[in-house]
Amino acid sequence: MKKYTCNVCGYEYDPAAGDPDNGIAPGTAFEDLPADWVCPLCGVGKEDFSPAE
Amino acid sequence: MAKKITDNISWVGKVDWELKMFHGNELSTRRGSSYNAYLIRGASKTVLLDTVWGPYDKEFVARLKEEIPLDKIDAIVMQHNETDHSGALRELLREIPGTPVYCTAKGEAILRGHYHQDWNYVNVKTGDKLDLGGGESLTFIEAPMLHWPDTMFSYYNGCGGVLFSNDGFGQHYASESLFNDEVPQAEMMREAEKYFANILAPFCPMVTRKVKEILAMNLPLAMICPSHGVIWRRDPASIVQQYLLWADAYAENQITIVYDTMWNGTRAMAEAIARGIEAADGAVTVKLFNAAKFDKNNILTEIFHSKALLLGSPTINNGYSYAVAGLLEMVKGLKLKKKSAAAFGCYGWSGEGVKLLSEHLASAGFNVVDEGIRAQWNPDAAALAACEEYGKAFVSKLQ
Repeated sequence: MKKYTCNVCGYEYDPAAGDPDNGIAPGTAFEDLPADWVCPLCGVGKEDFSPAE
Repeated sequence: MAKKITDNISWVGKVDWELKMFHGNELSTRRGSSYNAYLIRGASKTVLLDTVWGPYDKEFVARLKEEIPLDKIDAIVMQHNETDHSGALRELLREIPGTPVYCTAKGEAILRGHYHQDWNYVNVKTGDKLDLGGGESLTFIEAPMLHWPDTMFSYYNGCGGVLFSNDGFGQHYASESLFNDEVPQAEMMREAEKYFANILAPFCPMVTRKVKEILAMNLPLAMICPSHGVIWRRDPASIVQQYLLWADAYAENQITIVYDTMWNGTRAMAEAIARGIEAADGAVTVKLFNAAKFDKNNILTEIFHSKALLLGSPTINNGYSYAVAGLLEMVKGLKLKKKSAAAFGCYGWSGEGVKLLSEHLASAGFNVVDEGIRAQWNPDAAALAACEEYGKAFVSKLQ
């Protein structure tokens, strides 16, 4: 599963780690994040993320 | 007036002793602030780092002229472009148009967004250097969300190593002394903590990441020069270590009780709960604040400092009080971690305030330990005794 980086703040979503603070279990692919998931750091939506280089 | 920091670094900012509120009215400042700008005279290049807030733009430019002919400034480095730092840029660039403005790509977007000017932007990224001659340079380190997307730090390898950190490590703290070793330590640290709690707390994961990244560079560090407050000259590593602590679910052994009250019933409950806590645990610090009477940002700092929050309001119009609602909104934004909480309050008939507060505390990220406690009308002796027992039980739930 691919890591994704927030274009605004640089936060990296790592599917292996998930985002447990916001109810996202480890092992959740970026594509499977709910549509209303937002960057836990700066708050922008999924559309502002790019695949990590 | 400029102040000398080293032989070739001068402070050219503005001390604002009058400032009471910042970010409009979102953030109170107990002891004013300063907008720090710095001038570095390298062997071949002279660089200005940041400017000051807009209301002081003319004063800033006039004083800068006393320090240096403006056409001798080879470059302006804008580390963060919120208007308290970029506010004098337009006035300055009117005098020296075409001077390169070094900033991140996000910084350029923000400058364009605020001032709508086609200045000579030079975008920089982490690792990019601005050569100052004589083997000295400024190295840029992007630090997004510390505290805006555009933020960057600049490391100067002269003078034993100087980190210009913009808002990072800042304090809203007016001082005629430039350095941390020249001011009362307790009030300086209170302002540094208030600054962290109110401005940087939402970005703790980024603070940890960035601080560790910088520590791993093993750079010599004689000074940290922030954009507000005093310069960390004595033991600069200590504020770096303090930031790691503050960013890691910080909590002292303190329980903060915040309440609003209409006819003193909820206040009486707060005081009874405090007595219970104190009886159960003599070591814990308990503090009480009336949310409607005390400064919101100072209360937020106390919550940041605490392991647990008890939030009280009478039920009003099927909800809770204005002051408590405002504080809840602000504390939610701070994204505090690993703090416990519960709600309490008086009511007359419907009584849903405590339940609503509990729900909102949970959605703000608090570990809500129980359903809270209510008292109808004005609490009598039995109700107050129940509050004391509740305080004792609350302590046991924090273990």
